[in-house]
Amino acid sequence: MRLVLIVLLPFLGSLCAGFLPSNARNAEAWLSGFVAVACFALTLSLYPLVEDGGVVRMIVPWLPQYGLEFYLRVDGYSWLFATLVAFMGALVVLYARYYMSAADPVPRFFSFLLAFMGAMLGMVLSGNLIQLVLFWELTSLTSFMLIAYWYHLDDARRGARMASTVTGAGGLCLLAGVIVIGEIVGSYDLDRVLASGDLIRGNEWYPAILVLVALGALTKSAQFPFQFWLPNAMAAPTPVSAYLHSATMVKAGVFLLARLWPVLSGTDLWFAIIGGAGLCSLLLGAFAAIFQRDMKGVLAYSTISHLGLITLLLGMNSPLALVAAIFHMMNHATFKASLFMAAGIVDHETGTRDLQLLSGLSRAMPITATLAVVAAASMAGVPLLNGFISKEMFFAETIFAAHDPVLRIGLPAAATIAGMFSVAYSLRFIHQVFFGPVARDLPRTPHEPTRWMLVPSALLVSACLLVGSMPGTTVGPVLGTAAEAVLGASAMPEFSLALWHGFNMPFVMSLLALFGGVGLYIALYFHRRQAHGAAPFIDRFDGRRAFDVTMVTLIRAADRLTRWLYSRRLQTQLVLIVCIALVAAWVALDESSSFWGPEPVSRIDPGFALMWLVGAACAIGAALQAKYHRLAALIMVGGTGLVTCLTFAWFSAPDLALTQIAVEVVTLVLILLGLRWLPRRIEMDDPDRRTVRARARRARDLVLAVIVGAGMASLALAMMLRPRALGLAEFFIDRSLPEGGGRNVVNVILVDFRGFDTLGEITVVGIVALTVYALLRRFRPAPETMSVPRAQRLDGPRSLHALPDPDEKLPEGYLKIPAVIVRLLMPMAVIVSIFFLLRGHNSPGGGFVGGLVMATTVIAQYMISGTMWVESRSRLNPQYWLATGLIAAAVAGMGSWLTARTFLTAMSWDFHLPVIGELHVSSVLLFDLGVYMLVIGATVLMLVAIAHQSLRSHRKPHAVADATEVRVEAAAQSTGAPT
Amino acid sequence: MEIVFALAIGVLSGSGVWLLLRPRTFQVIMGLALLSYAINLFIFCMGRLKVGSPPIIHADLESNPALYADPVPQALVLTAIVISFATTALFLVVLLAARGLTGTDHVDGRERDT
Repeated sequence: MRLVLIVLLPFLGSLCAGFLPSNARNAEAWLSGFVAVACFALTLSLYPLVEDGGVVRMIVPWLPQYGLEFYLRVDGYSWLFATLVAFMGALVVLYARYYMSAADPVPRFFSFLLAFMGAMLGMVLSGNLIQLVLFWELTSLTSFMLIAYWYHLDDARRGARMASTVTGAGGLCLLAGVIVIGEIVGSYDLDRVLASGDLIRGNEWYPAILVLVALGALTKSAQFPFQFWLPNAMAAPTPVSAYLHSATMVKAGVFLLARLWPVLSGTDLWFAIIGGAGLCSLLLGAFAAIFQRDMKGVLAYSTISHLGLITLLLGMNSPLALVAAIFHMMNHATFKASLFMAAGIVDHETGTRDLQLLSGLSRAMPITATLAVVAAASMAGVPLLNGFISKEMFFAETIFAAHDPVLRIGLPAAATIAGMFSVAYSLRFIHQVFFGPVARDLPRTPHEPTRWMLVPSALLVSACLLVGSMPGTTVGPVLGTAAEAVLGASAMPEFSLALWHGFNMPFVMSLLALFGGVGLYIALYFHRRQAHGAAPFIDRFDGRRAFDVTMVTLIRAADRLTRWLYSRRLQTQLVLIVCIALVAAWVALDESSSFWGPEPVSRIDPGFALMWLVGAACAIGAALQAKYHRLAALIMVGGTGLVTCLTFAWFSAPDLALTQIAVEVVTLVLILLGLRWLPRRIEMDDPDRRTVRARARRARDLVLAVIVGAGMASLALAMMLRPRALGLAEFFIDRSLPEGGGRNVVNVILVDFRGFDTLGEITVVGIVALTVYALLRRFRPAPETMSVPRAQRLDGPRSLHALPDPDEKLPEGYLKIPAVIVRLLMPMAVIVSIFFLLRGHNSPGGGFVGGLVMATTVIAQYMISGTMWVESRSRLNPQYWLATGLIAAAVAGMGSWLTARTFLTAMSWDFHLPVIGELHVSSVLLFDLGVYMLVIGATVLMLVAIAHQSLRSHRKPHAVADATEVRVEAAAQSTGAPT
Repeated sequence: MEIVFALAIGVLSGSGVWLLLRPRTFQVIMGLALLSYAINLFIFCMGRLKVGSPPIIHADLESNPALYADPVPQALVLTAIVISFATTALFLVVLLAARGLTGTDHVDGRERDT
């Protein structure tokens, strides 16, 4: 329970923080602080359980068959990291409360900060590797959000993009690596993976795993050659830099390397990749840090260098080096976070972080200066501070790491040189900012910040001092527990955290580094007073430029590929689709058996042939006329539809015939309503008519159309000449009556056997109807269609009084008799539609047909009597019908849960009622009722929405003007010929 | 019968594809309508042509599947008819909106530049 809370609390806090008002700085800080402290306390309380190599586990199974579960696991090592994350989180929240200005939108900041904390805690506490990668990516995501916090700044956006691209790509590599590990071990369970070290190292995929995991870890920890994102991430607010980019997130990479150390390490390849990357980062980072102008830049490069040190230690394949690595992870977090806080304070109080401008701040800010000096001394590895001890361990390890004679000398030498650089940049950092003459032209007059802003830094510095002076008693046991959790009790080396190991080689190296570093700084100081922010030699190998070039090249290549593969022209796309369909059909042909089936063709009925003669003529006619004579084309398509409908009826598909004819009517009305908004197209005006290219295009399309037609015809014939396989039909026909309780098999399939499909389908219909409705709310018709249609104009002035009178009993003129008829038909149509609905289960009919019949009769009222007349009388809210129908269908499905059966299982009850007799009631009737209501709602909603557009044109001012003009004209006519 | 049926499918799908490849939105919508008839008939004929034996189980006939038309393609086509009506409506509205916004009824939203 405690375990879940540790991970869950920050996410809950994040959610709450996001909803607080934007000026609630204190509330945000209290909330976040409470969460961080609670997590810290919860983590601390777990220590007794992990102290003696114990492991606390909590598993919630999710998809056990795929080895996926929510698995939290604490051992000594992850405990140490979780403590660090929670503790740092608490300090950073306190610091951020005073660092963030009142103008910043703090909810976003604290919300993402807490989300990051949850992700980081989840990452270190993951007991399942896939889950670990998931949280890993979450930390990248929150890091992106936090770097881009001031998203109005170009640098912030750019830095965030770079960081997320690099670490995100690394995360994907890690995922791939983890999946390979899971395939080899047969489980993603961390315990099982850790126990299978030999299996993995012996596998032929080991190099691939190593490279993939290393890519993930090295990108995350900003190691060579991916180090360039970290300095660019310094555009983030300083609390973020202190927390994410020095203390915790960048440690995720080395955390993982240490976590998987027992599995992956111990080979030369490991030493080459991990040790090599670490060594390069150690040297390059330290070297570049000397020449930075920005305070945070110095710290960023120094972070790269120190993480390089840790990576190198991990790469050395020695258990003692691993202990040193874990120790240095903690030490680096304490002194580097404290230095970031100092840099933030300087920035906050003076308005600049430029080392060229800053000088002599120790007089104005003595406490800040003292804290920074101690922390920087720890960074440089000055004795009596924690940085010294881990660095000493590092020096000792370099001496014994390699057997290769070059490395035997080279590694300690490189370590010493890196130590010298480290002393030099620490010295420069302190000396430039806090000592020397008092700077005059600072943007703000410096003074000490509020006390609370210093507290986090002070706590960290005192930790440096405590650990540095009494390492054995303060961190010794915890470090032992952590290292033992990684290595296992048997492989645990003896280590001693003493201040004084005697006058030995590492001590000599420390002294050399210390004095060499001071000398180096003095030499640089006199040699070039102005450091211009760029490191010599290595500046040319700018990772950031390489990144930009890579990105631009990638984007260009994608662009070119798109242009090559893709056309914006719909016609080209459709030609491609048709061609690909043809090729696919051709390839799929089975050449081994004969194409035509063995069955004989049946005798041709002349009536049927004649019917299709008309149908085909209609189809071809529609194809020819659709451009210039839309109405004619529409009528001919309708003719084809009727023939199709008759065909269904002919070949024993009464349900299809009914549905087809109802849909035919509704579609016709729909398109007729739409035609009004399409401007006239006159054949002679078309410029595109006679060019050679147009002819060629048409010829190509004709060939394609003929090929498709011939292909479809021969496929259909070939299929029909094969003997019928009963297959599914047998199943449905056999069970329709006993299990579905209905005689109409098609309807039983729709509402019972495949009810879930139908539910999905009516949902789609509902969505489409709502989309049509929504699209038409903002509909802007083409300007030339806005005038009152010709038919209405010719009808005379009466229909031009814009709106028909809703109180009229019957319309005047030619619509009078149709109006009488449709009103008389209405009740009958309603009865017919309900009849179709009710009998659908046993005879042709059903919800679809019934609904369409009902919708048609409603639409007929609209068409004949006019929108105003209908809507002033009835309140048919199609949206409600739609919603009720969907709910009814869903409820009918869920009803089966009451009897503990699966969704959409049909239930039926038989009653004996007096007078009426036996009554069979089934839940599928409710389902079909839902279909019925939804079809009514959707159809009416769509048609009415389009029909309503005609009202709109009456409201438009210029349409009114147009109408007036015509009215005057008509009036002139009527005076000319008085009745 | 089968030959007429197959020819009908061929003519409908040929006309449909021809219209589908035309530049005007109204032509495309008509083409889709014709093509959907063709496809519905095509799916329907997978159950073979059977006259006078709708898949409605007779009380006195035993439920011998060979005596009835295949209900599965029919069920598939029934939903296809309704869905194609819905998509036609959606396409029509998009067509109208595009006409209003772009000032042309070309499928690309602008005339082909020649």
